[in-house]
Amino acid sequence: MKISIERGTLLKAVGQAQSVVERRNTIPILANVLIEAEGAQVSFRATDLDIEVVDRAPAMVERPGATTVSAVMLHEIVRKLPDGALVTLAEDGAAGRLTVTAGKSTFNLATLPKEDFPVMASSEYATNFSAPAPVLRRLFDKAKFAISTEETRYYLNGVYMHVATGETGPVLRCVATDGHRLARIDAPLPEGAQGMPGVIVPRKTVNELRKLLDDDEMQIAVSVSETKVRFATPAITMTSKVIDGTFPDYTRVIPMNNTRRLEVDASDFAKAVDRVATVSSERSRAVKLSLDEDRLILSVNAPDSGAAEEELAVAYADERLEIGFNAKYLLEIASQVDRENAVFLFNSSGDPTLMREGNDMSAVYVVMPMRV
Amino acid sequence: MPALCRSCLTSFDSGARCPVCRSPRILSHPELFSLSIAHMDCDAFYASVEKRDNPDLRDKPVIVGGGTRGVVSTCCYIARISGVRSAMPMFQALKLCPGAVVIKPRMQAYVEVSRAIRAMMDDLTPAIEPLSLDEAFLDLTGTARLHGAPPAVMLARLVQRMETELGISGSIGLSHNKFLAKIASDLDKPRGFSVIGRAETQAFLEPKPVRIIWGVGTATQAALEKAGIRTIADLLRWDRADLTARFGQMGERLWHLARGEDRRRVSRDEKMKSISKETTFNEDTADADLLDGHLWRLAVQVADRAKAKDLAGRTVTLKLKRADFSQITRRHSLTEPTQIADRIYREARALFDLVPKGAAYRLIGVGIADLAPGASADQSNDLLDPSAATRSRAEQATDAIRARFGKDAIIKGRALR
Repeated sequence: MKISIERGTLLKAVGQAQSVVERRNTIPILANVLIEAEGAQVSFRATDLDIEVVDRAPAMVERPGATTVSAVMLHEIVRKLPDGALVTLAEDGAAGRLTVTAGKSTFNLATLPKEDFPVMASSEYATNFSAPAPVLRRLFDKAKFAISTEETRYYLNGVYMHVATGETGPVLRCVATDGHRLARIDAPLPEGAQGMPGVIVPRKTVNELRKLLDDDEMQIAVSVSETKVRFATPAITMTSKVIDGTFPDYTRVIPMNNTRRLEVDASDFAKAVDRVATVSSERSRAVKLSLDEDRLILSVNAPDSGAAEEELAVAYADERLEIGFNAKYLLEIASQVDRENAVFLFNSSGDPTLMREGNDMSAVYVVMPMRV
Repeated sequence: MPALCRSCLTSFDSGARCPVCRSPRILSHPELFSLSIAHMDCDAFYASVEKRDNPDLRDKPVIVGGGTRGVVSTCCYIARISGVRSAMPMFQALKLCPGAVVIKPRMQAYVEVSRAIRAMMDDLTPAIEPLSLDEAFLDLTGTARLHGAPPAVMLARLVQRMETELGISGSIGLSHNKFLAKIASDLDKPRGFSVIGRAETQAFLEPKPVRIIWGVGTATQAALEKAGIRTIADLLRWDRADLTARFGQMGERLWHLARGEDRRRVSRDEKMKSISKETTFNEDTADADLLDGHLWRLAVQVADRAKAKDLAGRTVTLKLKRADFSQITRRHSLTEPTQIADRIYREARALFDLVPKGAAYRLIGVGIADLAPGASADQSNDLLDPSAATRSRAEQATDAIRARFGKDAIIKGRALR
């Protein structure tokens, strides 16, 4: 194999691939990227056995072929090469080396046989549809903060992507929860997504996927089976196993009959929560919300370190209520609001609270109160 | 040289016998009346209580421990002659001493005696640091004027009172810090009284093996051995920086202790680090139902203790010992501290379910660690498990009933497994 490729193109392609490679690896081949050259194209394939990323780029292919080298090392080398350089990758099969040359720099990298590289078994996808990048970006970005890190509840370690019935008809829905808070985000159901099996997309996949979604104009091809999910752009194909487990019935825990309504500017609210929480050194900082007519008092009382209080003008017309929350959870939820006021719907100080943006039901959040 | 008669507590100036009562139980040491940090350790405590309560056992070897499968908790001095030691597996102990009378521990009785001893120690000083039911550090610094007698006399009186009023003997170690006091109490057991003075500290320590240092177990000992350190004299040859570089914080500690320096205070509230309970079975078991029953009972015991101490744990731990004595430990951090048995049980159960199935175990243990004040415990409920809140309330109600009518007044069916 021998190819020449522009440094910028190479950096982007290798960069996407190398980020799925686990830094600490016990299987040497998994630290490598599989380079395959054919026609006028080179592809870079990397995997951690759960996620596989294939990144394609145009290149001048002098001699087709394939080999594998350390993904991190190749990425580091290319990153340090000067911008605009023409990079040549030439494999010396007999010596088991890949020579990387650019201008006056030459690198010799150890290779491993391409046959050893584990290629993810292809599977039949029951559902195939296409969705604009900004739609998927919103679905996953707004849900992912609530993903659980508890290994004992592995089925919560991802975003549950499925088809559901929303306020205005069928929706593509993403839900994540850790038992303390929950995010439920809806988007109009793309054509072809009907009948899609519900899948739990693992946290790492959600993070890796984000890199495919930056371009507002991009259409993402989504393929889903019971065991795998694939997201593809013309240049990148990302295939991931899904979490083998049953996502709990979240519909039961979303309170639909909470009547006490608080409306507040999300950013003012978040800043105030952040300020009062400063006096607490506890790991779970509890903030107390005391609501009275059009008035919200946020307070923190940490016996060992101090106390803080802040008053906010809000819209609230129900009877007095005192309720406590973990400050971090409140901050995370409030930061999801970006257009309108945050609307909180309470029941009692012991029941789950619902939060949404204005009257928009396409993104709702639930947070569990804390005893204060 | 200052001397003290341990029989009539007379202080005098040297001699082989007490000038007053002619007793040979004489204690003399140049620094006898100037040292004030002591360690009191009862002699074969559980076994002594049993012998006291049943005089027929007086001349028989007695082993206190759990069942045929458990380990020796305590053995009397007669059993020790046959080579029986505490923490030895029971079968081995019985092989060494087939005539031994094995008694199941009666914790309630021991706790009562321990309280009585504690009350006697309270008469001497408020600075008491109990290490277990039968041993404690005492700091008698500055009490000589109050008692009208130096610490050594008061300590001799303490063990004398323990013998006459409670029928339990103890040994005293008297020195200038906790490390040395603890070593001293072990030098002359039973009914011992040993003194390590400042002047002799270095000479006393030098030839001793490193294992004499509290906290140096088999692992540390092996690590030290690799570095060619067997005795304290070996330790003294090491540079402070080198020791720290090689052994970390432990190295720093060793450097000081090797010089007989220990600045730890005798303090009542040494912070508790974890609460745990474990059970050794009579027969190895792989029975999931049986193990589940144990998990629940242990979780309740841990929760009871946590509630009593007003503490809660941020981490739940599970310990299993296989038939071949190899050990599995698993821990899980919670999002908030808990002291609820139901939560501890469920976490321990989840950890247990992650361990490969089917193995037989000889021991199971449950605990909480990373402790926090009880007030910070269980402040939020689980969104996905709405009945957890109900179960917590049920547990509070159960606790109230148990507090009034006894621990077994109300139990879960699960506890009968």
